[in-house]
Amino acid sequence: MSSVLDTDHGVILYLENLSVSFSGFKALNELTLSVDDGELRCLIGPNGAGKTTLMDVITGRTRPDSGRAYLGQRIDLLQEDEATIARLGIGRKFQKPSVFPCLSVRENLGLSIAGNRSPWQAMRYRASAAERERLDELLVTSGLADERDRAAADLSHGQKQWLEIGMLLAQEPRLLLIDEPVAGMTPQEVERTAQLLRSLVPERSVVVVEHDMAFVRSIARRVTVLHEGAVLMEGSMDDVQADARVREVYLGESC
Amino acid sequence: MKWIAIPPDRAGRVTVLVLVAAAVLVPLASFLPADSALGLSSYTVSLLGKYLCFAMLALALDLIWGYAGLLSLGHGAFFALGGYAMGMYLMRQIGDRGVYGNPELPDFMVFLDWQSLPWYWWGFDSVYFALAMVLLIPGILALVFGWLAFRSRVSGVYFSIMTQSLTFALMLAFFRNEMGFGGNNGLTDFKDIVGVSLQSPQTRAGLFAVTALLLALIYLGCRVLLETRLGRVLIALRDDEARVRFLGYSVASFKLVVFVLSAMIAGVAGALYVPQVGIINPGEFQPLNSIEIAIWVAVGGRGTLHGAMLGALVIALAETILTGSLPELWLFALGGVFLAVTLFLPRGLMGLRSTS
Repeated sequence: MSSVLDTDHGVILYLENLSVSFSGFKALNELTLSVDDGELRCLIGPNGAGKTTLMDVITGRTRPDSGRAYLGQRIDLLQEDEATIARLGIGRKFQKPSVFPCLSVRENLGLSIAGNRSPWQAMRYRASAAERERLDELLVTSGLADERDRAAADLSHGQKQWLEIGMLLAQEPRLLLIDEPVAGMTPQEVERTAQLLRSLVPERSVVVVEHDMAFVRSIARRVTVLHEGAVLMEGSMDDVQADARVREVYLGESC
Repeated sequence: MKWIAIPPDRAGRVTVLVLVAAAVLVPLASFLPADSALGLSSYTVSLLGKYLCFAMLALALDLIWGYAGLLSLGHGAFFALGGYAMGMYLMRQIGDRGVYGNPELPDFMVFLDWQSLPWYWWGFDSVYFALAMVLLIPGILALVFGWLAFRSRVSGVYFSIMTQSLTFALMLAFFRNEMGFGGNNGLTDFKDIVGVSLQSPQTRAGLFAVTALLLALIYLGCRVLLETRLGRVLIALRDDEARVRFLGYSVASFKLVVFVLSAMIAGVAGALYVPQVGIINPGEFQPLNSIEIAIWVAVGGRGTLHGAMLGALVIALAETILTGSLPELWLFALGGVFLAVTLFLPRGLMGLRSTS
């Protein structure tokens, strides 16, 4: 076991034959998928295709019945709990904005800055000059520099989503998993979010689950289509939209 | 980043100031003749001291409920355990002045025909040992209980029910004579504390002053602690536990730290309570007592510490007045207050302050 993230072979996330079933229902069915280091990948698929379950398995929230999941070459994700996986470098953005409403924007980001995770360290923590600088950068990146002292509860829906992405970035993750970032956003907010996500690669790798096809087209080079817990196909957005099976299971039903 | 500020805010400064002033003025007033305008009888001094112990207990509960979102309905157990540790020391101080005059054994053990002191009473002759136990026994129980509960991610109402069961189980255990803690009579007939008589007005004034000052100190300490990143993490996990976990924090260890700390504060409150009321018995473990603590905190307002303390004082005072004049109405009044607060003042008395 090594906890050093090793991407020598250019792969950041490798999943093999993952299966998860909930009382008979196969949420994931022998799913195999790999994501390259520095890639921005979109996952699409109809409801119940297993997208959220897949995120749950990668982040340690759900244990698969069988299969393997590796971060880089060596880190076996199935051996670790959520907090450890987060510290190893996977950040997760939930579908609903998940920020701390009673804390200010600054405090939300401050809590997320990597390091000092034990109660004892937290008790003695004082932000260093470098961390304050980092915090200012994050405020700019997430477009919330003017809102820094507002309580997160008072932000708009879009701003909360950006704050949460900013919180993920503060953890200095190598891989970000982002669940439906633009649901409920105005067109301007969608555009701003697309810019933000594109700016994250290739320093980091990003996996986005999204229903909005225009948005997927605007950010992703490679798209993976999930259906009934397995990969149906993988390719460019044009390939995906041209594929007859995809039309049948997905595009036909939602477009 | 302004994460450490002493004293924290205006309400915090007022709280500390009031407690320090009380620590000086109440003992002074008790040395005036009891029938003069400002004089306080030593009974009143001990009654006020008892209220402050309740305030400390409310603070302990608010620390975990108001900040970390953990509603313990068994906090009376930690209070009673601290009280028993102090009570055991006070029993050893009686020496051979008991009814049976046995220099080795407390009266109730002589009565049960025990020949020697059980091993778990060893060491309680020493005040330092007893004070250490006041912290350690509640602390260790909270550590073990909390570790099991938080590791298995027991939270919300299930956590409340488990803490309630904990105090109920301890009550049943302490009622048994064979436990060696005096059965349903508990520990009482105390004579001295650190060599001075518990009955003397000076001792009572001293106990009051110690209680008020310790409460001020603990309050200040908790406020400072909550201003650190640890405090932010607690508030964060109260509001969105999953997010905290996915940020890489071990939620269980943060809960454990604050739960143990809170149990120790409750233990200190119990240890200060026993010499001022002169008795500790298994009734203190009653689930009802623990529920009442939650009412104090809810009435005062969660998540400020001083709100919880104020709630405890208000309700305890009302209890003294009402149980004196209309004893049969007290529980109805308590229930009514709780309902009214839940319906009309969700943020308690502290909510009144910030809206006005």
